[in-house]
Amino acid sequence: MNPNMKRLRRTMMFLNCQKPGLIKDPYIYKPDSIMLDLEDAVAEKEKDAARYSLYHALQEIDYRGVERVVRINGLDTDMWQEDVRASVAGGADAIRIPKTETAQDVKRVEAVVEAVEAEFGVVPGRTLIMAAIESAKGVMHAMEICEASPRLFGIALSGGDYTKDLQTNISGTGVELMGARQLMIIAARAAGVQCFDTVYTNLNDMEGFRKDVETIHQMGFDGKSIINPRQIAVVHEIYTPTPKDIIFAEKVVREIDDKKAKGIGVFTVDGKMIDIAFYDGAKRTIELAKASGVYKGEL
Amino acid sequence: MVIEKTSVAGTLESSDCMVTLEPGNGSVELELESPVIHQFGHQIRKVVLDTLEHLDVKDAKIRIVDKGALDCTIKARVECAVFRNVGKVRGLPWGGAIRK
Amino acid sequence: MINAVGRDIPDEILARTGKEVFQGNNYKEGVEYHKQGPIVKPVLDHNTSKMVGSIREALEKCGAHDGMTLGFHHHFREGDLVVNMVMKEVHDMGFKDVTICASSLGKAHDALLPYIEDGTITGIESSGVRGKIGEAISTGKLKGLAIMRSHGGRVRAIQSGETTIDISFIGAPTCDDYGNCKGIGGKSDCGVLSYSFVDGQHANKVVAVTDCLVPFPNYPADIAMTRVDYVCVVDAIGVPEKIATGAAKPTTDTRKLMMADYCTQVVINTPYFKDGFSYQTGVGGASIASAASLAEIMKERGIKMGFAVGGMSKGMVDMLDQGLVGKLLDTQDFDLFAVNSVQRPNHHRISAGAYANPFNKGAFVNKLDYVVLAALEVDTHFNCNVVVGSDGRITGAQGGHPDAAQGAKCTIVICPLLQGRIPAICTDVTTVTTPGESIDVVVTDYGVAVNPARQDLLECLQKADCVPLKTIEELRDIAYAITGEPEPVQFGDRIVGIIEARDGTIMDVVREIKEFEF
Repeated sequence: MNPNMKRLRRTMMFLNCQKPGLIKDPYIYKPDSIMLDLEDAVAEKEKDAARYSLYHALQEIDYRGVERVVRINGLDTDMWQEDVRASVAGGADAIRIPKTETAQDVKRVEAVVEAVEAEFGVVPGRTLIMAAIESAKGVMHAMEICEASPRLFGIALSGGDYTKDLQTNISGTGVELMGARQLMIIAARAAGVQCFDTVYTNLNDMEGFRKDVETIHQMGFDGKSIINPRQIAVVHEIYTPTPKDIIFAEKVVREIDDKKAKGIGVFTVDGKMIDIAFYDGAKRTIELAKASGVYKGEL
Repeated sequence: MVIEKTSVAGTLESSDCMVTLEPGNGSVELELESPVIHQFGHQIRKVVLDTLEHLDVKDAKIRIVDKGALDCTIKARVECAVFRNVGKVRGLPWGGAIRK
Repeated sequence: MINAVGRDIPDEILARTGKEVFQGNNYKEGVEYHKQGPIVKPVLDHNTSKMVGSIREALEKCGAHDGMTLGFHHHFREGDLVVNMVMKEVHDMGFKDVTICASSLGKAHDALLPYIEDGTITGIESSGVRGKIGEAISTGKLKGLAIMRSHGGRVRAIQSGETTIDISFIGAPTCDDYGNCKGIGGKSDCGVLSYSFVDGQHANKVVAVTDCLVPFPNYPADIAMTRVDYVCVVDAIGVPEKIATGAAKPTTDTRKLMMADYCTQVVINTPYFKDGFSYQTGVGGASIASAASLAEIMKERGIKMGFAVGGMSKGMVDMLDQGLVGKLLDTQDFDLFAVNSVQRPNHHRISAGAYANPFNKGAFVNKLDYVVLAALEVDTHFNCNVVVGSDGRITGAQGGHPDAAQGAKCTIVICPLLQGRIPAICTDVTTVTTPGESIDVVVTDYGVAVNPARQDLLECLQKADCVPLKTIEELRDIAYAITGEPEPVQFGDRIVGIIEARDGTIMDVVREIKEFEF
């Protein structure tokens, strides 16, 4: 399995590929991923220009470990195949499929990615895929989409188009997104992939943004798409485990390692019943704590 | 590639550059305007000429109005102007004629 | 001759100016000198009027002549009308070889270009120039050498007699018929008249130019009648909306906020941050943001600032109102909040001399704990350039940069790593305006570098683990990896200006620019 399937993706920052000033050093804001956009942000007559910028940015800019995801144009256009070629040849870490509605959509992209990896001599399987779900149909097919490809690391809700499809709009309360968010996180967890929330477009309402992130964090989402670097710190802060969580997770990992060696299956930590099912969660807490810069321990 | 008409790529935004490509008079002629010409004039010229050479453009007038673009952007804009000029949008030579 | 910052100052320039090369910040410590006194024309007869009908009449009465030196202040900033008004008259009267000794010149003075070209103006002494004057100097149009000196350096030059001002024109927002000048109460308020104190004390003739004549006595006065020869009333001395242009608005730019946060972390994790500390900051977005976040931390920890000095804006006035700072010592006002605040009890108007003159018996800058500054370029020797742009043109001002930088115990320079494609952190700055020995910490968006001479500060910041520490060479290497290694600007041979150190020695020279050649 590609080791990046489960990497930490709390923040994925959208960047218009056509804007050299935006794509030259977004890593200084330390998002977990950037999403280099060839789709909606790019004007129709600059679609070609954005691709050359993308290729050279991928090849020549040192993004310092930030994951580089490329959003390709829709499968209903004649541009997406060339987008995939430029992305894969450039060495993108992942392709984001917009407006995904069915497992078949994912498979179509997967086939092209596979062919293009071969064409450009890229290690087979290096390029991951994520699917953006932007319609009621897509939401109802979330499960099959999650299971469509071994390259697919996650699904993301795209709230703008989705609410249009529902014949409503984004209210800021999140009520219109509730169903999609629930269905998608459940499907993603059932399939063992990640799940990401939609953007919050009102940049001036940082309180509203914070509440939104707190909601999706509690719902179980792995992270959120963001549109401005000023949103990054808030997400990372909310995703930072508390000192209590960290100490507990550390004990759980150590105890399970120890008890496993001794063949003991169930035991208690701080008065709580613990078994092997806690292991992955505790590990994830430690990883998050490390990424947040608050864990200095040895695990 | 043969340059038979005028094509343009890029913008005049900060960190970008605007490239205008026209038929030449038998060789490559470069006109460069840049706020960093003292510091990077030679480097920009080398990047432009190398990019044109990779694309096998031997006869063209190229005018660059630079706004502090990095090399990767200059290459991208030059390539864009060339492929627009010859009308090629698919099956592009990524990693071949288009390269670092 | 190579000076203490490694710049080669040609002997020809040393001979021409009679100056020494820069030999380190404290070279003149304790070296005694005689202050120069002005020529004074006494007024004993109570029938004598100081009022003149026009700038021309003032020039005539003051004995204007070819080769004279005229003094001006820059409190009206980009809204100044006084310099152009006086120089038009000087030009129309046919005077030649005039030197302007201004605290600063800006784009408001583009209209002087023809006077430089026709030889009316042949000398410029200023903390900096922008716009067409900068262009004129850099392209060799000014006949004499331009001298760029700091605010403190100007006071030193005038007091020591190195520069003699024949006539100083002091734009005064309010003035009475006997010459008592104030920075407030009129149509073109600028708050303070700090840069003119020295003109009042040392210029041979002083003309107050006002657009708001008020009843006698206009007291307490910033410039007192005892120092003013003539009073001239004109229609307008400034354009109000261009005087108080305001500090930068609270920034939402994450990059600037990040640098502001690093800056704040540096301040609060170094030992001078304790009750009663002193502080100066600028009006850039990051500086303003850092001051705001510092104020929050001060509230939390119950720490108050003893004094803040230098240019003032709303942020500092708010801190005064909240009781977070004991005294504001004001030399310049950037917005109307600061202008209108100068009458508050603990908001004091101080002279440029008290602020920064290196040749008095101790200036306020010497008592600074922290100063937060900006720079166009900083090199791996921590030398800063704030005057010469990346295209080789003079396009900025030293202001109080070298003064506060030397004076403060902890001098922090905030500077984004890249200015467009120009690496702001480089091997050698184009022109040295502030020596590296004055600079302690450099804050960039890519990390923070501490001057190796300040191991004490470095240890504090390492222990606090509060900012991404890098060496200055690492920062330069990161910059060069992104932009490529820059080539030096191609200059011509002719020297068009000198950068004077605070103590009057030569820090660097500025050469004529030339067209780039492949």
